[in-house]
Amino acid sequence: MNRNKTVKNIPDFKLSPPVDKVGVEERVARFQTRSIKNEAKIQGLKMVLNMIDLTTLEGKDTPGKVHQLCYKAQHLHDHYPELPTVAAVCVYPTMVAEAKKALGDSGIKVASVSTAFPSGQSTREIKLSDTRFAVENGADEIDMVISRGKFLAGEYDFVFDEIAAIKEVCGKARLKVILETGELASLDQVRRASDIAMYAGADFIKTSTGKIQPAATMQVTYTMLCAIRDFYRKTGVKVGMKPAGGISSSKLALHNLVMVRETLGNEWLNNEWFRFGASSLANDVLMQLVKQQTGHYQSTDYFSID
Amino acid sequence: MERLEILKTYKIFIGGQFPRTESGRYYTPLDKKGQPLANMCLSSRKDFRNAVVAARKAFGSWSERAAFNRGQILYRIAEMLEGRKAQFVEELVKQGSTKAKAKQEVELSTDRCVYYAGWCDKYQQIFSSVNPVASSHFNFSALEPMGVVGIIAPQTNGLIGLVSTILPAIAGGNTCVVLASENSPLCAITFAEVLATSDLPGGVVNILTGTEKELVDQFHSHMDVNAVVYSGGNAEHAKVIETGADCNVKRIFIYEQDFFKETAESPYYLTDLQELKTTWHPIEQIGGATGSY
Repeated sequence: MNRNKTVKNIPDFKLSPPVDKVGVEERVARFQTRSIKNEAKIQGLKMVLNMIDLTTLEGKDTPGKVHQLCYKAQHLHDHYPELPTVAAVCVYPTMVAEAKKALGDSGIKVASVSTAFPSGQSTREIKLSDTRFAVENGADEIDMVISRGKFLAGEYDFVFDEIAAIKEVCGKARLKVILETGELASLDQVRRASDIAMYAGADFIKTSTGKIQPAATMQVTYTMLCAIRDFYRKTGVKVGMKPAGGISSSKLALHNLVMVRETLGNEWLNNEWFRFGASSLANDVLMQLVKQQTGHYQSTDYFSID
Repeated sequence: MERLEILKTYKIFIGGQFPRTESGRYYTPLDKKGQPLANMCLSSRKDFRNAVVAARKAFGSWSERAAFNRGQILYRIAEMLEGRKAQFVEELVKQGSTKAKAKQEVELSTDRCVYYAGWCDKYQQIFSSVNPVASSHFNFSALEPMGVVGIIAPQTNGLIGLVSTILPAIAGGNTCVVLASENSPLCAITFAEVLATSDLPGGVVNILTGTEKELVDQFHSHMDVNAVVYSGGNAEHAKVIETGADCNVKRIFIYEQDFFKETAESPYYLTDLQELKTTWHPIEQIGGATGSY
């Protein structure tokens, strides 16, 4: 697994390249015009399932709800033979132990949000202990949020140091850094935040918490994918990408895969390097798969409620 | 200089919007003299799917609306229809009706809206029941809308047939996806404009134009459609629907009749599209020694 500590020559983040918004719009529009034939579609949909971080991040989460989600993660739709499982289950730190227990040796990872998710408005000490708690409970992955307030105030060093500090606490757990792009206002800022996160040691960069709209628009995801590509070319270190929030249809998920393929290449097309953060996407993908199998459009009546 | 007449682009009606068909195709129905009526959208199965998604989304809030409010909205449809009387008469005449017959059809359609508007907050009282049971339960049956209803409108009587099949469905809290008459589709889209301006929430009624032959299989095979009303008049298609609907045990209703007749309006069309839910509510013995219900 990559450790970004090897990266030297930290650049001046004030000089992050500006983003051509019109160009991004045009490029994104073209990803959506690819014709995907049935066989490729089925394969793509299964790949999407395998990349999902099945998520429940609500104040009303209970051990029972987490248990149910973990069951769903392992049994997406038992009527359909040879379906993959999802990549991970994403929960609050207090639910990590419960999820770990429920998932057992299924191979599905447990991801925990941390650092005073979703606002990130807390002290460094609390954020570190929040993360430590999740890791000690067995979280395989940590989804942290950056301090958007500090970022927007131009305190890039603060944001950088914070990510680096959390990365240290993570130990073996992989670190996903949530930029909350809905609060960053422009694609230039998204690019800058991506650069900071990657140089500070992120294993993944992630668009959103899912609590703020707009979330993972294709424009934002594309900007971040380009940042990953440039970082890889410069340093040789691979960083993963996780769009989260707002991706609820199979069609949009497939468009995202096309975008990854054409921006970063096949190497990123697996759940080691690409994830979807979603709660309702899984059912839509399942409905599409069953539609391909039976020829009939499906109804949510026949799929689990989650 | 002579003025160039502005012709209407007839589009389909999905989720309260007027999109063109996703397929980009169109067809040109002809009038009696063989002259083209208009270019109509030739809807595809994807349009049908989108319409079902819109109908499903609208179902929750429409079915939970107060019955009285549904009645108000249906009455509003009648008001809007009345205001466009001349336009409907003109379209019906274009499609081969005589002027007198067209006028009768529009007026009857408007009256039928008022008729079903009245039934909105009355059918529940009349068709629900409290049932006598031999145990200490309060046992009652109440009607609940089925969900998304697929409607294939009659080929003839472009307006009255359409109105007579849509209204009982929505009066009872269902939402619907309608395939308009293939050969006389003009009124259907104009009727959609009436619906769009009458406080009816988007998605409660969705209207497609196109061929029955192409879409009939979608009506009976879509798992998210709960009932199908067929009045297309094609015995073969009726049979296809009846046999194909077993995938999720849809309710099927085949209506073959003259929609001008008084028998075409009845609360039983409304209750056809309702499920009867019976509840057993445990109670202590009430009313002394004998069970009172």
